[in-house]
Amino acid sequence: MWYLCVFYHRLLDYRKAEVESLAELFRVFGDDDGDNKESSSLKWRLPQHHHPDSPFHFVNLPSEDFARNIANRSILVKGIYELWGEGSSYEELEESIRCYPDERKLPYLDSGSTFKITVDCFGKVISFQEQNDRIKGLAYIPFKGRANLRNPDHNFWLMETDDYGTNNGLPPVVQRRIFFGREVGGADRKLLPTYQLKSRTYLGPTAMDAEIAFLMANQALATPGKLVYDPFVGTGSILIAAAHFGAMTMGADIDIRVVRDGRGPDCNVWSNFKQYGLPMPIALLRADNNLPPWRPGLKEIFDAIICDPPYGVRAGGRKSGGRKLLKGTVDPYTVPDDKRTDHIPSTAAYSLVECVHDLLDLAARMIVMGGRLVFFYPVLREDDYVEDHHYPEHPCFKLIAASEQILSSRYSRVLLTMVKIGPYTEEIAEAAQLKHIEFRENHLKWLEDGNLHSAVFSPADPQIAAAGDSSLSREPKPKYRGKYV
Amino acid sequence: MRLLTHNMLSSNIKGVANGFPFRIDVEKVVEKKVDFNAGFLRNIFPKVEWKAFVDAARTMGYPELPEEADSSLLDSDEFLTKFHHGLLELHLEEGALICPETGRRFPVNKGIPNMLLHEDEV
Repeated sequence: MWYLCVFYHRLLDYRKAEVESLAELFRVFGDDDGDNKESSSLKWRLPQHHHPDSPFHFVNLPSEDFARNIANRSILVKGIYELWGEGSSYEELEESIRCYPDERKLPYLDSGSTFKITVDCFGKVISFQEQNDRIKGLAYIPFKGRANLRNPDHNFWLMETDDYGTNNGLPPVVQRRIFFGREVGGADRKLLPTYQLKSRTYLGPTAMDAEIAFLMANQALATPGKLVYDPFVGTGSILIAAAHFGAMTMGADIDIRVVRDGRGPDCNVWSNFKQYGLPMPIALLRADNNLPPWRPGLKEIFDAIICDPPYGVRAGGRKSGGRKLLKGTVDPYTVPDDKRTDHIPSTAAYSLVECVHDLLDLAARMIVMGGRLVFFYPVLREDDYVEDHHYPEHPCFKLIAASEQILSSRYSRVLLTMVKIGPYTEEIAEAAQLKHIEFRENHLKWLEDGNLHSAVFSPADPQIAAAGDSSLSREPKPKYRGKYV
Repeated sequence: MRLLTHNMLSSNIKGVANGFPFRIDVEKVVEKKVDFNAGFLRNIFPKVEWKAFVDAARTMGYPELPEEADSSLLDSDEFLTKFHHGLLELHLEEGALICPETGRRFPVNKGIPNMLLHEDEV
């Protein structure tokens, strides 16, 4: 059955990807993990003339229970509705609602139930008086129950989108469209103020925003009984979202001060979980993603790996072997025996390419078949900016979603969701080992390649910079701002 | 550090061939409650190196686990309870993991194993 799915108008790239992941989580496509995976994707449809970024979509789901589960677990679905009617005018809407079969309508209108009608207008504000008039205009629907605005049994929504005429950065509307439907479910956005970073006790400079962390946990299908790992755990901001959805969590970081000490006994990674009454991570350890300490033979143990790797813009990655790597083989660095006990090993910079290579290799080995790898990957937004980026690939993984979030005019980060589709074979392991050695032997060369920091922070074009007054020379804002929301 | 973690780790010092399992030097063990999830235990059971797990649990003062275990035991609630306790609730708060081949100590402080290698070990 087709449902009207209305999104919050934000994080545009993440919206459908989230619903699709949740459809997988709630097994909309059945339990078969086998052959007909090809058919297991949701069917979407846009209302006529609607821009692809419009908040209004139609989605085909097998039952209302699926629709409710998906909507209630989501972060970006404002509501999923059983559509009772739509039209370009209120006359058309009335006609459409009258035609909708009574057996679908009457059970929700009976005298024993309570209801509420909400009037919502996308892209402009309508006055309280107008809202009331529109509700009164629905008198042709035989509501028998009592209105209850606090806690109604049934929520009805009258939603309208019209040409707002002004340049307000929203996707253009060709034609007025009115929808009326019964709410089946919607995101619990109250989670966001609860988990917002500003009230969290222990924060790092790159703690993941709560909304994005929840989206990552949804992409990773976090659920009770699953084990989720973050190799760059930091203050645990991503695992907190996974733990909220009931997953067992495990995290590692190369910085021991963060994972072990925090800022004291009541301000550390553990206390962050305690703050929200969440189960503690199963393990936190200090380990280097470049030389992970997992025992040989251990594989397919994590259901998902979720992380925000250090990509060298706000924080750079580090790996073991600092001074030895820098000095090279001429004068290998050794630690004197009497200094070993409390020795603090130096670390070397860890380039993004190597970091992503290690992450994919680790994920290929340690994630169960059908499990997910969810991580952020930075992309530069150059002048010849194309949507068709080249993302990291691995033979064991299939990319199923790439959701861009624009961070500045220079660069974006893209949330990549990959599914493990092939086993980790001997050949793949050997190739990864060769690549590992290649990174190690040509440490400095790899470090220079793809240095994002300079690309993001260096002055743009010397000529433009010299011309000054860049605010004047800049082109006027385009009418529709797309993913900037 | 829980014994699940112990069961997953090995010494990855360059040149070490048999870095698993770590011997445990126990200074302080605490018990931390973890919500029981039978599905999780059944999933994780085939991934656990049983002998290393039983030995580690004994070192931590929990000798209740059977020497040998196969998946038929997973139907027994009594077994699952013990498995759960040993795997997830025993927590090495202070101590060290000792590489079985080189004797190198990886310290465990405040429950966090420090697995980072020195420069000349990578």
